[in-house]
Amino acid sequence: MTDAQTYNYKVVRQFAIMTIIWGIVGMLVGVFIAAQLAWPALNFDIPWLTFGRLRPLHTNAVIFAFGGSALFASSYYIVQRTCHVRLYSDGLAAFTFWGWQLVIVLAAITLPLGITASKEYAELEWPIDILITVVWVAYAVVFFGTIMHRRVKHIYVANWFYAAYIITIAVLHIVNSMALPVTLTKSYSMYAGVQDAMVQWWYGHNAVGFFLTAGFLGMMYYFIPKQAGRPVYSYRLSIVHFWALVFTYIWAGPHHLHYTALPYWTQSLGMVMSIILLAPSWGGMINGIMTLSGAWHKLRTDPVLRMLIVSLSFYGMSTFEGPMMSIKTVNALSHYTDWTIGHVHSGALGWVAFISLACLYYLFPRLYGREIYSNRLIEVHFWISTIGIVLYITSMWVSGIMQGLMWRAVNDDGTLTYSFVETVQAMHPFYIIRFLGGLMFLAGTLVMAWNLWKTAAGSKPVTAPIPEPAMAH
Amino acid sequence: MSTIFSLWTVIVFILFIGIVVWAWSGKRKQEFDEAAMIPFNDEDDETEINNQEAENRNA
Repeated sequence: MTDAQTYNYKVVRQFAIMTIIWGIVGMLVGVFIAAQLAWPALNFDIPWLTFGRLRPLHTNAVIFAFGGSALFASSYYIVQRTCHVRLYSDGLAAFTFWGWQLVIVLAAITLPLGITASKEYAELEWPIDILITVVWVAYAVVFFGTIMHRRVKHIYVANWFYAAYIITIAVLHIVNSMALPVTLTKSYSMYAGVQDAMVQWWYGHNAVGFFLTAGFLGMMYYFIPKQAGRPVYSYRLSIVHFWALVFTYIWAGPHHLHYTALPYWTQSLGMVMSIILLAPSWGGMINGIMTLSGAWHKLRTDPVLRMLIVSLSFYGMSTFEGPMMSIKTVNALSHYTDWTIGHVHSGALGWVAFISLACLYYLFPRLYGREIYSNRLIEVHFWISTIGIVLYITSMWVSGIMQGLMWRAVNDDGTLTYSFVETVQAMHPFYIIRFLGGLMFLAGTLVMAWNLWKTAAGSKPVTAPIPEPAMAH
Repeated sequence: MSTIFSLWTVIVFILFIGIVVWAWSGKRKQEFDEAAMIPFNDEDDETEINNQEAENRNA
């Protein structure tokens, strides 16, 4: 069989493996900095190990290294299998793999050294930003090239979501990273003052909307139907879901800047569009969950399907919580508190990580030609990690709301009831619970890594043939 | 400039309503039913696992 008659599974395998490795690294750093918040002495007075430097390392590792690898792997797998054609260019696909790994390694070196552009989720300095741009353009060429050479007339909806994610991330990254370099490791943003803040959060919230949502919805539209063995509940709804999400998300950024120097009308606009976002988010979630209608019994026996559906439940929960928190009066209480951290992790652990891990359980048997080593271990993983998520988010809810209430408490004479350090002291027990929750989630991921290792070790990698073009009808 | 922005918002809104109407028009039903089956037109991946597994066992 020639290459052209088979799918390119090599690059999918490479990214799938790195998803596991970067997932463990990123979560480990997260658990470590969670422990630092509970026991500050854990920074050992070493600058490289301080919270301020390790926190961006954690966010970059879990979002771009773990989440990014999962997106590369799943998009390359899905686009080939729904277009019935091999990836556009093996060379460029390999370049995206090695280029992306290089970006991650450079991030892991520069961030602990304190080299940062100081923009949240865009901390990497300008030479790395340029490398990201080059790799991303190559990614776009591979993905869209594959779609252009497809042998199936219709472009399946999952690919639409991946396409939107690839295009939007390119635009966001280039616009937000515009900077004036001073030295190799220092640059200054091209924007100043409140414009800089608005560009940053236009980028920041759409990184959530397009990197952490659109791409993972692409996974949802492929893996849930496949695992459930039935087509998506409503294909029409999926089309409206796509356009509604794309039209709305791009406006939501200003809710990160309530009660700042940003013009009042811009804040209100961001709030209104964030509330409207509930509709497409829940439309998509319902479409995914209803795909199981008539096959609910499969949830009892299939732990992978259960993980997929639980991830959608967390998606629904955090996309309800988000619009609520974007309402100015709620935001006045929640902003700058641990509630935000809880909200982010219900999305990040419950939705993004769970759907990615479920997708690995789907992919490994197909990439290595082996049944999963142990279904019981998937059950163990599922339960340890789910309890971990619940511990994490409930502790942060309680801690955050308490923190917000203590900050705003005022005595009769107008003085503040609590000093700042009293609020920190009150949060201490919740920081320990959060650390335990994160540790459990990491433990679940390690169980998965062992299970997938036993699945793949010693097997002969699969070379999958591309089906012949269907007869015209 | 602000008139252009306002007009653009209206155009995009009308475009979106158009997409909804288009997606729900009866004519498209069959096409979408077929599109929803695309992930399943590639059903050999289940057999692949089994074939490969047999190969792995023999190896």
